[in-house]
Amino acid sequence: MTALIIAGLTLREAARRRVVWALLALTVVLLALSGWGFSKLIGLDSELGTMTSGEARLVASLLLNLIMFGFSLIAAIGTAFLAGPTLAGEVESGQALAILARPVRRSAVLLGKWLGLAAFGCGYVILAGLAQILVVFFVVGYWPPAPATGLALLAAETVVLLTLALLLSSVVSPMASGIVSVGLFGATWVAGVVGGLGGALGNEGVERVGIVSRMILPTDGLWRGAMNGFQDPGALFQMNADEGGGFPFLADAPLTPAYLVWAAVWIAVIWGLTALSFSRRDV
Amino acid sequence: MTTEIPAAAPTADVLAGLPASPAVWCSGLRKRYGRQTAVDDVSFTVARGEVLGLLGPNGAGKTSVIKMLLGLVQPDAGEVMLLGRRSSDPRSRSAVGYLPELFRYQPWLTPTEVLDLHVRLSRADVGASESRECLALVGLADRAGDRVGGFSKGMQQRLGLAVALVARPELVVLDEPTSALDPLGRVDVRDLVLSLKSRGIAVLLNSHLIGEVERVCDRVVILDKGRVAASGSLAELLVQREVRLRLADADGRAEDRMRASGTLTRSGDWFTVQLAADDDGVTVPDLVRDLVGLGVRVHAVEPARISLEERLLAVLRHEEPARAEPAP
Repeated sequence: MTALIIAGLTLREAARRRVVWALLALTVVLLALSGWGFSKLIGLDSELGTMTSGEARLVASLLLNLIMFGFSLIAAIGTAFLAGPTLAGEVESGQALAILARPVRRSAVLLGKWLGLAAFGCGYVILAGLAQILVVFFVVGYWPPAPATGLALLAAETVVLLTLALLLSSVVSPMASGIVSVGLFGATWVAGVVGGLGGALGNEGVERVGIVSRMILPTDGLWRGAMNGFQDPGALFQMNADEGGGFPFLADAPLTPAYLVWAAVWIAVIWGLTALSFSRRDV
Repeated sequence: MTTEIPAAAPTADVLAGLPASPAVWCSGLRKRYGRQTAVDDVSFTVARGEVLGLLGPNGAGKTSVIKMLLGLVQPDAGEVMLLGRRSSDPRSRSAVGYLPELFRYQPWLTPTEVLDLHVRLSRADVGASESRECLALVGLADRAGDRVGGFSKGMQQRLGLAVALVARPELVVLDEPTSALDPLGRVDVRDLVLSLKSRGIAVLLNSHLIGEVERVCDRVVILDKGRVAASGSLAELLVQREVRLRLADADGRAEDRMRASGTLTRSGDWFTVQLAADDDGVTVPDLVRDLVGLGVRVHAVEPARISLEERLLAVLRHEEPARAEPAP
């Protein structure tokens, strides 16, 4: 009950603080630009002549993944900077005092915050991502192989990051928690790209960088799974044949169930740590 | 032979007949922040319907004590019970209203929505009209639909009072409730506390304004450097301690009579008698009657009234022994 009240309050905060409207405006601009870009793609002539349908699908897959990465970045930054002020900011400002002095468990308050932020972040990536898929479909006629899986994994990526941001915001200042979580998100993505290059070049040591970083913070692993759901199955083969692997906006393989379980365990462990830290914190 | 087991109803009657547990009971509270001891072995009780004032200089540990009572700060040692439940149980705060020293409410909500949020979190059965009355009580009726973000500090503190009162509390904890209020607002808070008292609601009041405390509190706990320096009812703390008399024709017999009532000092015509702490109120009239009987002409009798402020300063400056009550 407490969790649902706080979740509702968190969503109302996002709406009242005009976060929703800002995101909506940004997304509409991004969708319009991508629609315009994809429409140009149809009549694109390469040096060797008009693109074949296979080439057009490859480019569409790449661009779709690129734009989806943009959405996941917006959702990541948005939720990280919403999650930061949630705990640390409310404790600093004194807003938490009146709420926590009510007959509520702190873990229920935390669960409410988490649910509200997760609903907001997941709702955003799913709606914006779906709109983007539809734009691409109507402009160039490309429909990704597994859009639902892709969007679900994108949402899971957002949940991972907001869980991390909540943990950080229970121990450090609100601004620091936002910066650190977005920084870690970026660093993991870069490490994933470096690992992909290592794999393409046959360097196991470099490849391990990507694997380890995906275990420590599952955002990049989930992102790669999402890309795999959005891209044309033939794209990777064609890309490898043309230029070699390791390209950052194509994923080699779908996610294994073991990795999905690990991501769920990761979220549960980080959430538990946050609840423990928050329940012991003097406010 | 079997023993007859009493029915459930009489048991409930027995429980109902028991005296209600205190609104607040705390024992041996301790808290350290790093090397600094903020609260050291603090124990006190607030009875149901009683108004207890928490006094002390800055950094005495008053807010830390309040936060430990409400489970906002974890004590290093000690126990707390609120309205008969251990403070580790969130239900102990079901009927507790709290105005924090640092009062901030969701700036994107309206006062009506803030009250609604707190009513729902308290699971109290309070309707919209009762919430509106609560806002009217603190003078915010005409701002009920405005965003809290546009409120002045004083208005936010008034909203904080409404939040503390809205969920039909049995205990109200007010931490510096008038820090942002104008003189009119202070009078309002005083009247509010007196109204709570008349309705049998216990109040724990932390305030720097000693006059405020003196007017509304039944008992006072004075904290200094994290410890209870003194505590007791106002009558005990502000007991009339001496009487000054201007006398003419006072001879040895008159002085002997005065010494019988307490320690005597003389300065010209003025005689000062230190009265016993457990004075029953008849010492001074009896003394005056006897002095007149001895032929002394009594020009003036001035019972020296000690204000709470003087008493507080004396306790904090260690000018007199603290008369702390035994720990509950």
